Amino acid sequence: MFWTVTLSLLKGFGETLALFSLTLIFSLPLGLLISLGSMRKSPIVRMPIRFIIWVVRGTPLMLQLLVIYYGPGIILHQNIWGMGSSGRFIAAVVAFVLNYACYFSEIYRGGIQSIPVGQYEAGQVLGLTRKQIFWNITLLQVIKRIIPPISNEIITLVKDTSLARVIAVYEIIWEGQAFIKSAGIIWPLFYTGAFYLIFSGLLTILFGYIEKRLSYFK
Amino acid sequence: MAILEVRNLKKTFDHTNVLKDISFKMEEGEALSIIGSSGSGKTTLLRCLNWLETADEGQIIVRDKVLFDAADTSKKSDAQIRENRRHFGLVFQSFNLFPQYTALENVMLAPKLNAEDTRSVAEIEQNARELLDQMGLSNRMDNYPHQLSGGQQQRVAIARALALHPDILCFDEPTSALDPELTGEVLKVIRGLAEKNTTMIIVTHEMSFARDVSDKIIFMDDGYILEQGTPQEVIDNPKEERTRQFINGIKI
Repeated sequence: MFWTVTLSLLKGFGETLALFSLTLIFSLPLGLLISLGSMRKSPIVRMPIRFIIWVVRGTPLMLQLLVIYYGPGIILHQNIWGMGSSGRFIAAVVAFVLNYACYFSEIYRGGIQSIPVGQYEAGQVLGLTRKQIFWNITLLQVIKRIIPPISNEIITLVKDTSLARVIAVYEIIWEGQAFIKSAGIIWPLFYTGAFYLIFSGLLTILFGYIEKRLSYFK
Repeated sequence: MAILEVRNLKKTFDHTNVLKDISFKMEEGEALSIIGSSGSGKTTLLRCLNWLETADEGQIIVRDKVLFDAADTSKKSDAQIRENRRHFGLVFQSFNLFPQYTALENVMLAPKLNAEDTRSVAEIEQNARELLDQMGLSNRMDNYPHQLSGGQQQRVAIARALALHPDILCFDEPTSALDPELTGEVLKVIRGLAEKNTTMIIVTHEMSFARDVSDKIIFMDDGYILEQGTPQEVIDNPKEERTRQFINGIKI
């Protein structure tokens, strides 16, 4: 039984990991674009972006998953996500990317705006170009500042992936819960907890290491 | 030939006239100190000279070449502005060292990134080491800014500005952010530069220092130059009542 459960949970965890990784791959850069847009002087760009950030951060991720998956089919009478489990998985990735990109964008914005203006001015009076100032002076300082909030968000994402089950993405908890019905046993659910704990533990160690590597300056 | 001539510079921020009509000249090798109370426009003047602000009216002329003319409204390229900036160096009140670089790396960064600097990295490093040595920091080159005292950080900042060989080195209240016991080491370094006839503009509240090192003093008040001349003229025998008030208030 243990092996049956383990194999089943590993399959679910594969789905969890795929959702987690794809969300990060797309939302980290998309968040940067959104943050640059949200800092633009022109209100034509800034205001719509701020509005989207407000809506995305102000409503539950579960609601966003439902609307993104079912919305197009019901409103446009067209299933844009494709059939079956792959369609549901794509819809889940889109919802997660949008949601996390908005959170990341606010972290980036905070990081960029926290760099003292004197750093830019010192670069300018030394005759550096904008690009040189960004790559050689501000970037590392921004990264150092945003690593703690970003790691917090990423560890939250590990657990948030379980929400994808509302549109029947068969992630690890779904797999674990199936054993309640099929075999009348609860321990597979505790077992799923172990997966989360180990994975978030590894991430904690990774981010601790990055923070330590960047602790040589203040 | 004057190394720097400023003609009728004016600058307004949100309806506040910060610089009302600033004109002065300085010669190569001169140390010029600008004194005056807070809000008189001293820092804005330095920022205009370094293109951190753009004056609304007036001209900035270096070695007979007009680098800035407010009447010329054609858009200047970033490259052109960088080229103009090279004539000036600026040492900030709050040092603004780059925290992720050591003292040596701070001094080397701009020359290394400057495409027009044809020197090898080894030569740039050699020059940076000499400058830091001259600042009395030979045993601090590999320290990061947070490991240095304020006075040491400011001396690194001076070396960093000197590494680009500016025609005119500007200091914006270089000791105002320092504990009193640390101002001496920074003033000593600036005094050393004056003795080597470095062309400098020093905005300062250190009156006795300004009197000792300057060839010329400008007293600014409310956006105007109220008085200028030798230290003996401006500090010891001011003509204007306002200058006298200011100097007596500060107490040497």
